[in-house]
Amino acid sequence: MTRRLRNQLLDHLLHGAGLGATLLGLVVLGALLFDIFSDGLGRISWEFLTSFPSRRAENAGVYAALAGTVWVISLTALFAVPIGIGAAIYLEEYGKRGGWSRVIEINIANLAGVPSVIYGLLGLGLLVRTLALGRSVIAGAATLALLVLPVVILSSREALRAVSPSLREASYALGATKWQTIWYQVLPVALPGMLTGMILALSRAIGETAPLITIGALTYVPFAPDGLWSPFTVLPIQVFNWVSRPQEAFLENAAAGIIVLLALLLVMNGTAAWLRDRFQQ
Amino acid sequence: MTNPNEGTTVTSKTAIPSLADVAQQGTERGSADAPTKVDVTELSFFYGQKQALEQVTIAIPVNQVTALIGPSGCGKSTFLRTLNRMNDIIPGARVEGKVSIDGDDIYGFGTDVVELRRRVGMVFQKSNPFPKSIYDNVAYGLRINGMAESHSELDDRVESSLKAAALWEEVSDRLRESALALSGGQQQRLCIARALAVQPEVLLMDEPASALDPIATQRIEELVYQLKSEYTIVIVTHNMQQAARVSDRTAVFWLGKLVEYGRTSQIFTAPTEKLTEDYVTGRFG
Repeated sequence: MTRRLRNQLLDHLLHGAGLGATLLGLVVLGALLFDIFSDGLGRISWEFLTSFPSRRAENAGVYAALAGTVWVISLTALFAVPIGIGAAIYLEEYGKRGGWSRVIEINIANLAGVPSVIYGLLGLGLLVRTLALGRSVIAGAATLALLVLPVVILSSREALRAVSPSLREASYALGATKWQTIWYQVLPVALPGMLTGMILALSRAIGETAPLITIGALTYVPFAPDGLWSPFTVLPIQVFNWVSRPQEAFLENAAAGIIVLLALLLVMNGTAAWLRDRFQQ
Repeated sequence: MTNPNEGTTVTSKTAIPSLADVAQQGTERGSADAPTKVDVTELSFFYGQKQALEQVTIAIPVNQVTALIGPSGCGKSTFLRTLNRMNDIIPGARVEGKVSIDGDDIYGFGTDVVELRRRVGMVFQKSNPFPKSIYDNVAYGLRINGMAESHSELDDRVESSLKAAALWEEVSDRLRESALALSGGQQQRLCIARALAVQPEVLLMDEPASALDPIATQRIEELVYQLKSEYTIVIVTHNMQQAARVSDRTAVFWLGKLVEYGRTSQIFTAPTEKLTEDYVTGRFG
């Protein structure tokens, strides 16, 4: 076989392998979605969205969990986004390069890979007990904020680093201060990239069950949270709860709950994509 | 623009005998005809351990164009960036020696770097407009420096800056459009307009035409020629013809040292150093 032929063959093989890998992922996802929609779509109704959980599957709804998720994720974003962006700006723009910054950098990267249940234990020990926040919305949101903070910081730094140095130089050369340069030139350019990172982070947080169960989120909540200090549940916990029931009807509820969660995620991602496109113009 | 510190610059002009050691061997005194604007004495510059400039002494005259030439990596861009302390941003950078502008030591204690950079504008090799509108590009420096009291004053200054950079007629009807939609040559003239807007005294240009086609290059050169009546211009160029065309004075750098400095006509027709002759005739570099 000539060298040229061999290279062409290799090219085709890699093309096929790549296509196969992509299709495998899509097929699995498709099968999953089909299964869930065929089970749960029939249960989706206004009643399902506005009802509290019940012992009778046909009366049960996701209202408490949906409200809990919206509360917790909004608060998580409120905590994690400013702190994460602030830390990223400091590390990328102000902090000196050196031994300490390396140590911090490696630690943040490692924290991003720590299992979420560990963050649950941290939340339980530090937030629920020591700071006496109780099993509240605020304790849950703070725990999830800790969980996603490393991801927010890493992706924000990436976005800041991607801003061309020539842009900063242009600003400095006009007599801009460091802060003016960051605020007027660097951040607007970095914002779309940062938004992508936020959405990835919050998408992870919205599906988390383990850390919230660890800090003592309830599994049966017949009320919506009425404030920061209210006990709560979230959609993944509600789904988990329903799945563990023996009755067939509750499995349909679980599938419907997953559809609601997916829809919420889609709305979040869509909003972020829309915002990103607006900023990019 | 008149020079408010003419008195002090005249005295500093007479106090640069060290220049003679380096550059004026056998030629007439280089700065006898114009007062010194930027006076550099024994300037050395280090990137960490690596020395990029060695004991550079040079007096740059007011309202003239001074060209810095030399092969790649000879330190001419580094030198240019010491004049507005742009190198401060680089970690591990270190400066020795003295640079004064109108007698003010710019590396002295208490120098306001932000104010210095407003006085010493800069145009970069690769045009780098902000990803904003044409108007906002020019207005940015005015806004952050609080140089316009009202909207109409801002409008006026943006207009006069664009006119000074010979760009107004091409963009006056689309000031709100993105600067990134302009051609390469227009973008570079926008960067010049942006630098002029904050009314600098000195304009540093780092190979401003190296990425442009011949026609756009010619426009930049004409602009440089017009601007020197109001600004002191220091321009780095790789193009010998360009240096010969636009500059009054030429400084030749080699391996971080100033090899020769004098009138452009003398540098190109009767260089005193062998290195200069080799470089300007294209034997190396």
